[in-house]
Amino acid sequence: MKFTIKSGLASALVLLASTAFAASVVAPGDVAIEDGAVSKSLTGAPGDAAEGRKTFADRKLGNCLACHAVTDQSEQLFHGEVGPPLDGVGDRWSEAELRAILVNSKAIFSEDTIMPGFYTLDVGVDVREDLVGKTILTAEQVEDVVAYLITLKE
Amino acid sequence: MPVARGGSAGNLSGGKTLKTLFSVSMAAIMSGGMWASVVLAGPSDDKLVIDEQIEMTTRTAAPEGHPLDEVISGWHYRTPETRALETDTFQNPGMLAVEEGAQIWETVEGTEGKSCATCHGDASESMAGVGANYPKWDEDSGKPINIELQINKCRVENMGAEPYKFDKDGQKPLTAFIKHQSLGQPVALDLSQGDMQTWWDKGKDLYYRRTGQLNLSCATCHEDYNGYRIRADHLSQGNANGFPTYRLKQGALVSIHNRFRGCIRDTRAEYPAAFSDDLMALEVYVTWRGSGLSVETPAVRQ
Repeated sequence: MKFTIKSGLASALVLLASTAFAASVVAPGDVAIEDGAVSKSLTGAPGDAAEGRKTFADRKLGNCLACHAVTDQSEQLFHGEVGPPLDGVGDRWSEAELRAILVNSKAIFSEDTIMPGFYTLDVGVDVREDLVGKTILTAEQVEDVVAYLITLKE
Repeated sequence: MPVARGGSAGNLSGGKTLKTLFSVSMAAIMSGGMWASVVLAGPSDDKLVIDEQIEMTTRTAAPEGHPLDEVISGWHYRTPETRALETDTFQNPGMLAVEEGAQIWETVEGTEGKSCATCHGDASESMAGVGANYPKWDEDSGKPINIELQINKCRVENMGAEPYKFDKDGQKPLTAFIKHQSLGQPVALDLSQGDMQTWWDKGKDLYYRRTGQLNLSCATCHEDYNGYRIRADHLSQGNANGFPTYRLKQGALVSIHNRFRGCIRDTRAEYPAAFSDDLMALEVYVTWRGSGLSVETPAVRQ
């Protein structure tokens, strides 16, 4: 009984938090990419680099290591080589450019790039039913990864 | 370091020290091996000879109209250990299923009291080279037909038996057994039969169509990035010449339609039914992309 009340309270709090949060989040369709950059945070707040580092490696979230190698995560086995290594990526791109690449790389590089857009609804056909209208990462997760990438300096 | 401490701890821990040393060096070897395999990019230069007898064509000039210059078997993209398993039919774990298929070949089923052998006799003669030319045009259905569906057609029309359900019962072993009778024969489709060309065209469209939330087509990985690593996996050209193929990951034979579905699923898309028109068209096109490669069934892969 105690447990139920507690978890009920917890989910109410989560609901409250996400409602408050949602108000300032830019929807995927409303993200403005200008000159290859998205200047403002998608959440209106800075991301958390430590969280971003986890999202980067998590196979169910960013899974960035599938394609990119990065020395900072050498504790993880098997870094991919499909995309460029990301050591020093924070020197090569600005925060706003990195955000745009994560949001929809096809708008930045070319339609043919293998890199998925992580915060776009411009996706492939026959999307799995439960994922229709959903992005790979949330706005918050994108901001976390941006915050992480910008720390990768050489 | 535990090793240094063990050195000054006298006789009793001597064994322990050795053990520690051993495990440390094993770890070094293992991680060394991993880095070696990460560094080693692109397909291997090895040659596939099965049982020191059958010289397999695993690299060949691409057919006219193919986007790549050279067609390369997925065998070249696997580790030395996995490659070795395919060179010896006694070591090849897929051969167990082929033997099961050989037994099914001789087994009477259905109302007509027939086995495959009743009509087709010795498979090593009657089926030699047959699997290398599938999918073929099937006048009756007005569609291409693959080995799996040909087996079902025979079961229903000639044996009075139930058709196999996708990947169930004898479907994979019997398909593997029949294709194995073409081991070493070059994959060659006749696109001039019936409407095969139309299905090839449709299959090509599907091959380049991006699907799912990850927005990937077959070509994105297997044409543009074969030879590269995607995490621990080494992307191949995705040829069909080894199917049904033994996948170490699953510890079982895997059919071509199962693999198609798995790949499409991994793009986070809804995937077509096995033997649907879409997947039959894809099978025609993908098999054609591997034209000239030896049939390797049952190939051994990761």
